[in-house]
Amino acid sequence: MVHEERLDNGLTVLVQEVHTAPLASVWCWYKVGSRDEGPGQTGVSHWVEHMNFKGTTNIPRDQVKGIIEQFGGSWNGYTWIDQTTYLETASAEALDRMLFIEAERMARCLYDPADCESERTVIISELQGGENDPEQRLDSEITVTAFKAHPYKHPTIGWLADLKTMTREDLYGHYRRYYVPNNATLVVVGDVDTADVLRRVREQFGSIPAGTPARRTATVEPPQDGERRVHLRKPGTTAYWRAVFHAPAFTDPDFFPLLAMDAMLTGASGLNIWSGGGVSTPQRSARLYRALVNTGLASSVSGFLAPTAEPFLYQIATTVAHGQSIAAVERAVLEACDRFVAEGPTQAELDKVVAQLRARFVFDGGSVTDLAHQLGYFATIADWRDWLTVGERLAAVTTESVHHAARKYLQADNRTIGVFEPVAGDAGESEAH
Amino acid sequence: MALDVLRRVLPNGLTILAARNRLIPAVSMALGVRAGGSADPAGAAGTAALTARVLDKGTTRFDADAIADELEGRGASLGVSAGRQQLVVNATCLVDDIGAVLPVACEVARHPSFPEHEVATRRAELLTTIQEAADDPGSVAVDALNATLYPGGHPLGRSVRGTAESVSALTREALVAFHRQHVTPGATIAVAVGDLPPDELAGRIAAECGDWTGTAVTLPVVPTPAARPDRALVVKAMLDKAQADVAYGFVGLSRRDPDYYAAHVMNNALGQYALGGRLGDSIRERQGMAYYVYSALDAGLDAGPLMVRAGVSAANVEKTIASIDAELATILRDGFTRAEIDDAKRYLIGSLPRQLETNAGIAGFLLSAEVYGLGVDHDRRLPQHLAAVTFDDVMRVARRLLDPARAVVVVAGPWSGPAA
Repeated sequence: MVHEERLDNGLTVLVQEVHTAPLASVWCWYKVGSRDEGPGQTGVSHWVEHMNFKGTTNIPRDQVKGIIEQFGGSWNGYTWIDQTTYLETASAEALDRMLFIEAERMARCLYDPADCESERTVIISELQGGENDPEQRLDSEITVTAFKAHPYKHPTIGWLADLKTMTREDLYGHYRRYYVPNNATLVVVGDVDTADVLRRVREQFGSIPAGTPARRTATVEPPQDGERRVHLRKPGTTAYWRAVFHAPAFTDPDFFPLLAMDAMLTGASGLNIWSGGGVSTPQRSARLYRALVNTGLASSVSGFLAPTAEPFLYQIATTVAHGQSIAAVERAVLEACDRFVAEGPTQAELDKVVAQLRARFVFDGGSVTDLAHQLGYFATIADWRDWLTVGERLAAVTTESVHHAARKYLQADNRTIGVFEPVAGDAGESEAH
Repeated sequence: MALDVLRRVLPNGLTILAARNRLIPAVSMALGVRAGGSADPAGAAGTAALTARVLDKGTTRFDADAIADELEGRGASLGVSAGRQQLVVNATCLVDDIGAVLPVACEVARHPSFPEHEVATRRAELLTTIQEAADDPGSVAVDALNATLYPGGHPLGRSVRGTAESVSALTREALVAFHRQHVTPGATIAVAVGDLPPDELAGRIAAECGDWTGTAVTLPVVPTPAARPDRALVVKAMLDKAQADVAYGFVGLSRRDPDYYAAHVMNNALGQYALGGRLGDSIRERQGMAYYVYSALDAGLDAGPLMVRAGVSAANVEKTIASIDAELATILRDGFTRAEIDDAKRYLIGSLPRQLETNAGIAGFLLSAEVYGLGVDHDRRLPQHLAAVTFDDVMRVARRLLDPARAVVVVAGPWSGPAA
């Protein structure tokens, strides 16, 4: 049972009691992500997320460390295209403390200029760590190639040039624009009493004034009318091939048929992008696993269809196996896709993936942290009630609706192909004592 | 809220652990076998890793596709992985599917058929993984650190995944022999956690595995390498990479060492607490040099490494190493503060309920407690062990393990070594 309440200042509060362990998880979600960033400002949402762990009016900088660890708790946060979120999971006794941290974060972060500068280099280090990974480089290149207009195109971490030039005022301005109660959803799940939670939330958040969150950009990506390609030739040891297809938003009627199609092609991945439900994707009977991995062409294949507020991408990613060619992998993936588009799925295949996805939706909520994530995530991209009805939308999927979605999205004109081709680079080694 | 664990040892030596958790209508199982990379035959590194990849690709009763169809029609997930000490068959399913999934998981451990074509396919997969690791500065740094800390053919000195040479040479016969020798009921711990009565979970495992035969081999204990007389710097230049990985470490201690709990607390204060303990305060928070910096203590049956890890730009490599040196020297000279140690203890004790929330979390905890002989009530005793650690214990273990003059320091990335 989820209880929803809206405070006078517009803050949405969701509470779910779960009494299996003496824990509580608190998540505070904001409708701001990398899609809300203009030129020169890419990466600002993510940098703001980092700054919001660096002290507030009532939590001095040197008392941030340990504030939740004292209760055995963990904390974290993430920023993606549609959202920024913060969480604490700890002993339920720490509820007041967790709410206090989130109220402080919403209204009273400091943005000390020296901390902004020191975090600039931490974030550049995060970006460069990502660049060490050829798959992340390819991901960033293929996404920016697939989008011409929509701000989903740039990487959430931002472009290096912007990270070098953004100022403390850019960060603080972004924070003040979006971190207002009427742009936030607070979720509490765990060993708590709903009435008690609501009383404490009113105490901690009630006096924070409502704001006027900036209107989110409303660009519609123009239809893609031909295949696009990006081919990286960089030093490395391993080749990667992937394809992305423009895909429907979560609320679109085609979303669940496409989710079923992904399960048939690459395995059922579920709808928890935070933890994946903590369970590996069952994929041995999936079409592309059999066509690529069992034949030895690729050492891995995976699919990704994220629930998003606006139309994003469906992705198929492969690692080309030792001694195999990129061309053979591409041929095998595209043949399997073309066959799926031509013939559609069988009823047995649909029955199988419906069973898989039903199980995934259970695993997706396998802890108080995951349950709170799911409610807040769906509140941010659509409506939290959508998380409770995923089973119904899945049950309505038919072989015809899957076939229709495949014909609409899984076609050449709608795809961007990305290749990472390794070339020999510089290396060396030495040992000194 | 203590765990209520049922422990049973079958006449064939199989140990069964079962516990109930009601959060979701699902079950997680783990069959942990003492057949990890440490059991790889000499010169055949990667045997356990390849065995794990092929184990669930066909049994005497089912071929790979039949296993896939049996499990995947039910939304169940099955996986096999090899670590340093154990090969683990993992399965997760809804409660209603336990009757179909548990027998497959047991069959995979007991009767793999190692089809020739699967050995070839999965060997190429593992070779791809080895090739990818060679391009990843983090993996390169950790592999080099272990090889330097544990020389002379010590099992901890080699990677579980093996090398291109050793894996290329692995045959079907090698896997069959490894399985016959090491995957036996006496070497196996079967854990099941989920929303079913523990006696039902244990009964189902006993029904599937009661007639399993085989004699467990005793793995030789390899002595811990002697302390290094000096410091070593190993440079793995990967000049095309965007940043460097630093791995800075020492030989640590085993999980059964009397100093283990003190070392666990010390490691938390050094490089774990909040954003990386003392090291995080210095290298990430004060100097802004790294997105990640932390320390990790790998205490297993053997004395695994204690290592510090950081990812930094080439320009900051020397400054980072100097900062780690300086933090360790300060700790050895002035000590931690009492508050740091109290905080670390309170955190480690308080985090236990989170660790024991999910089916997989509980299963992992029980498996590890059984491997180290800690008892089925370890969840109740662990807080006492941690509470009993004194400030002096922590300082004693810091002096025992941390000595910058004997550290092995590896840098992998766009850095060719210190300026002359």
